[in-house]
Amino acid sequence: MKPFRYEHADTVAAAVTALAEEPEAAYLAGGTNLVDLMRLDVATPEVLIDVRRLTSDRIEELPDGSLRIGAAVPNSDLAADRRIRRRYPVLSQAVLSGASGQLRNLATTGGNLLQRTRCAYFQNVTTPCNKREPGSGCSALEGYQRDMAILGASPSCVATHPSDMAVALAALDATVCVQGAEGGQGPDGELRIPLTELHRLPGDSPERDTVLRRGELITAVELPPPDFTATSRYRKVRDRASYAFALVSVAAALDVADGGTVRDVRIALGGVAHKPWRAWKAEESLRGAPATWDSFRDAAAAELAQAEPLPGNAFKMALARNTVVATLLDLMEAAR
Amino acid sequence: MLQSDQVAWRGQFTGAVVAETPEAARYAAGLVRFRYEQRPPDVALREDRDDLYKPLDAAQFGQGGGELQDGSPADSVLGDAGPALAAAHTVLDATYTTPMYHNNPMEPHTAVVTWTDGELLVYCSTQGATMSRDLIAATLGLPPGRVRVVSPHVGGGFGSKVYPHAYAVLAAMASRTVRRPVKFTLTRQQMFALVGFRPASIQRIRLGADAEGRLTAVTHDVVEQTARAKGYADQTAVCTRLMYAAPHRRTTHRLAPLDIPVPTIMRAPGEAQGMFALESAMDEMAIACGMDPVEFRIRNEPDVHPESGLPFSSRHLVACLREGARRAGWERRDPTPRARRMGRWLIGTGVAASTYPSPRLPGNAATVRVAPDGHCTVLIAAADLGTGTWTALTQIAADALGVPVERVELRIGDTTLPNASPAGFSSGINSWGSSIAEAARQLRTLLETEHGDVVPPDGLEVTADMPANTDAERYAMHSFGAQFAEVRVDADTGEIRVPRLLGMFDVGRVINPRTARSQLLGGMTQGMSMALYEHSVLDQRFGHVVNQDFAQYHIAANADVHAVEAHWLDETDPHTNVMGAKGLGEVCIVGTAAAIANAVHHATGVRVRDLPVTLDKLLSEP
Repeated sequence: MKPFRYEHADTVAAAVTALAEEPEAAYLAGGTNLVDLMRLDVATPEVLIDVRRLTSDRIEELPDGSLRIGAAVPNSDLAADRRIRRRYPVLSQAVLSGASGQLRNLATTGGNLLQRTRCAYFQNVTTPCNKREPGSGCSALEGYQRDMAILGASPSCVATHPSDMAVALAALDATVCVQGAEGGQGPDGELRIPLTELHRLPGDSPERDTVLRRGELITAVELPPPDFTATSRYRKVRDRASYAFALVSVAAALDVADGGTVRDVRIALGGVAHKPWRAWKAEESLRGAPATWDSFRDAAAAELAQAEPLPGNAFKMALARNTVVATLLDLMEAAR
Repeated sequence: MLQSDQVAWRGQFTGAVVAETPEAARYAAGLVRFRYEQRPPDVALREDRDDLYKPLDAAQFGQGGGELQDGSPADSVLGDAGPALAAAHTVLDATYTTPMYHNNPMEPHTAVVTWTDGELLVYCSTQGATMSRDLIAATLGLPPGRVRVVSPHVGGGFGSKVYPHAYAVLAAMASRTVRRPVKFTLTRQQMFALVGFRPASIQRIRLGADAEGRLTAVTHDVVEQTARAKGYADQTAVCTRLMYAAPHRRTTHRLAPLDIPVPTIMRAPGEAQGMFALESAMDEMAIACGMDPVEFRIRNEPDVHPESGLPFSSRHLVACLREGARRAGWERRDPTPRARRMGRWLIGTGVAASTYPSPRLPGNAATVRVAPDGHCTVLIAAADLGTGTWTALTQIAADALGVPVERVELRIGDTTLPNASPAGFSSGINSWGSSIAEAARQLRTLLETEHGDVVPPDGLEVTADMPANTDAERYAMHSFGAQFAEVRVDADTGEIRVPRLLGMFDVGRVINPRTARSQLLGGMTQGMSMALYEHSVLDQRFGHVVNQDFAQYHIAANADVHAVEAHWLDETDPHTNVMGAKGLGEVCIVGTAAAIANAVHHATGVRVRDLPVTLDKLLSEP
């Protein structure tokens, strides 16, 4: 582990300034991923700026019924919140399906979004990785592919985003509130980024996980007022029953009209891409269609038509299709 | 180690950095730059390699003088299997594979070493203090008497702590150089390159049977990984030599020399992977013969060891199968695959047999001392890796001395105590217990005959070598068992759950039911982990294990373990030792993987011959 300094900032603005001035600085929140990466020499900051006490650790209800989740809200508090559990059960289920109780107590909402891929080659400094060392090559492309992406990958990176929480937030149309040196359009110079646009696809710069610019700090995540999201579900498929990242996960909410047609639907996939994957094409194919096994299957197929699986993860095609269908059927059952 | 400028595998030690903290040492080590002439590693295990070789002298542990790790010969032939297979009424020819597995005890390998006046003191985590002392001394060119190894408590080993590994010697060399005590704890990642593993195997099994379902021929041909740097051969097909009767039989072992770390013992080394293959094949063959898998095994039960012709000291496999079947509710089973379904779950059940030898290892002695106040002290350099040695040996001593356990003080895990063989081969109770029982017997005789049953004022002490067991030449000594698994497979995703595992074991007399049950449950759970989760992924280009931490090398977690039941027959073995005990630490991991894979076949109709059984192998095509 490289020696580093540990600092506090008193205000968000001071933290943003401090980070902007230190070329090798990093924000520290829960540290559940960053500290691991430092032990592995994957992250080698000179300075850690502790931001855990700078942002809210509360979940506030706004006048329009939205919920504003402070960036410092621990994952365990988020999952346990009664409003979340009642209005957005998919989010509570997603958070509880990840990590362990101990990690969820420490991990924060903002940090969860910014955790890095668990690609085995990214985490091993003795193997080439474009995300860790741009231009060195992608070891996973012709290596161990089980956990790799089938959607939106590029020849320079096939890694997946590991968060479960982010998949649920993608399905819920969440907004990420960011404070930066340059300021933004919201109150207090806040930038507002749709969650589905926070994370990037790798393209030819996989070293950048998100659209955030250097020094920008996530201060909160907002959930829009609940609609049919009370009928929502997170289904995570993995290699053991607990303590494993998703091979494929599905966050979905379903609104079926009395006549049995799909009025609206939200679907996001985890474990399949460099970002939480909102299944826009599947949603589009389902709106107005009969809520049946056939429609669900067609919708999954419509989304997966753009997939480019590798030999070692081609099974994710059938797995993603079946899991989408099974999750939507479960929601039909739950709505009855 | 550090004897050559050639690097034999990725991750091998090339030097050491000593610092005040592990963080500083690792940071400094990361700043050291080596220049290599790089050559592509050759790590591909294939049965058609042209450099496969018959194990030469890989036996380091066993007593048989053979080429395999347990001392067995590499090959065995009886009759003529080829024509017998050609003439058989029913034939099975199937190839099974098992991956590389890493032992991964929770406690990493650690050594704290210090030199005083040219004598080396090593605190380390080892399954065999005496053997560690001898091998470390030999490596450093010291007489064994100048090295002391202390290891009273071990946080798990599963075989990887039987042999001392290079890290302890490296720590000793570093300490000698810096003239200070040195501590070296391996990182989890280093444990995937430096302390051994269960080698991957390719196993071809052929079975021939007559119209009544009696086996006429059995062959088991094994190709397994080994290191180019140093040969190691598990006894993978040896189980097939003793399990079932058949007049024509053949077993072979061949090694593929690869640029990988040196394999080592891992719980039931050979039997664990060999019985996955044999017991999967027996399930397939039972189905091919139209027989129930329990009845098929019973029909092929041998009267004596099928190859040596020796009688078994005790063999109650049939009783295990019958009693296990009764407890598991086997008679209600519809053998048709995919016959049971509850909602999205496909449900199946499977059975497999277990076996493991019950040897006594040489190199044991015990001291028993009694004080005038009746306090007894028992000394032997045995090991407790969480198995219950402390408790069970105290009980054996108390029983042999005829005193309450409160009066017995046991000391183990230190080479200043009388020599002991390692905790391996399920031999601990047999070897250490026999030595203690013998010393206690001699002490009581001495007390009676020389001292009129009154302890003299200075106390009385006897040191006895482990007694020879002449029955070991005349009987085949093995533990047995039958394991029953119930599995559920999600019809949509292929996710597998194991709601119930039941093991019925024949392990002779059980010394302590609580520690015995704990070991049996642990072995079955580890067998489930072997069946469904664990596998080390060897990168073919770099030659390292890709998934080198616990987030990626999946071991069964609490949420995966549901009802696990371990039972045993109330039997004693008349020949193994004075306690009537047989080994139980390893028989319990043997067969679990086959029972689960057989149950998965019953649930889904899909036969998985390549471990681990993961969901992708059960998904239908898109």
